[in-house]
Amino acid sequence: MEVIQDIFGWAFLMGGAFFLLVGGIGVLRMPDFFTRMHAAGITDTMGAGLVLIGLMIESGFTLNTAKLLLMLFFLLFTSPVSSHATAHAALLAGLKPWRRGDKPAKSLPDPRTAGAIMTTTEPAQPKSRTASPQRRNGPHKGGRR
Amino acid sequence: MAHTVSLFVVLAAVWLLLSGHFTAFLLTLGLLSCLFVVYIAHRMDVVDHESHPLHIGHLLPIYWVWLIKEIIKANIDVTKRILNPKLPISPVLFTVPATQRTDLGKVIYANSITLTPGTVSTDVGADTIQVHALSEEGAEDLRGGAMGRRVTEFEGKP
Repeated sequence: MEVIQDIFGWAFLMGGAFFLLVGGIGVLRMPDFFTRMHAAGITDTMGAGLVLIGLMIESGFTLNTAKLLLMLFFLLFTSPVSSHATAHAALLAGLKPWRRGDKPAKSLPDPRTAGAIMTTTEPAQPKSRTASPQRRNGPHKGGRR
Repeated sequence: MAHTVSLFVVLAAVWLLLSGHFTAFLLTLGLLSCLFVVYIAHRMDVVDHESHPLHIGHLLPIYWVWLIKEIIKANIDVTKRILNPKLPISPVLFTVPATQRTDLGKVIYANSITLTPGTVSTDVGADTIQVHALSEEGAEDLRGGAMGRRVTEFEGKP
């Protein structure tokens, strides 16, 4: 019995992990903000949903399963509201959706060079360093600067 | 009145589920806080058919089953597009008519659109909903109006 539970539970967990990975790949590959939201939608629905169902199967018929069910329930109600608010705000702020044939948006760095851009811009923002020195330097080297 | 009772039942159920302790002291505290919240919500006049849609409660599960099926189909479609090396997307911004007569119906429709990967509702008007779709095919599906018709059928009287 326990073996069957494990097999089904892990099948759902791995399925969820696959869709979470696909969502991440999609966010990196998509050309602009709106298309990236569609990729992130996969993590919201299939990714989180399958992971939660897998956890429900693993925890069996307990109070934890009811809590996980409650999480799934609230997730399916809140995530579209936040997605809608984000997309609505972007349109109101004047962001033009990318159309096929356009060049990739200029403000969006190429995924292959994004890491390099981030390291070159970091020293130019000393504010973030003083605001949270522990994050970058570790708890004991906070006063290095 | 029915909505107030519904709010109390929901609050009590959530308290019991999340606490997991069933001693007399904690149950009394839970009962008191539930009653207090119901009293505040009643005074704020937020307990109505929109926060507790009892009149369509028996039809919602049927719609959810259909919606989950649509979400799985859309997920597989978007996954294929993301993993395709050519990235076959054709984003489009368009409006679909919202035939729902109630605000609740429109919200359910707009949220269902957003919940389905590949389409995001970006604006809700008086009788239209503006949608951003990842592909022309996804947009065509939505223009077909199957989802809108289903929501209109069960939304109830205005």
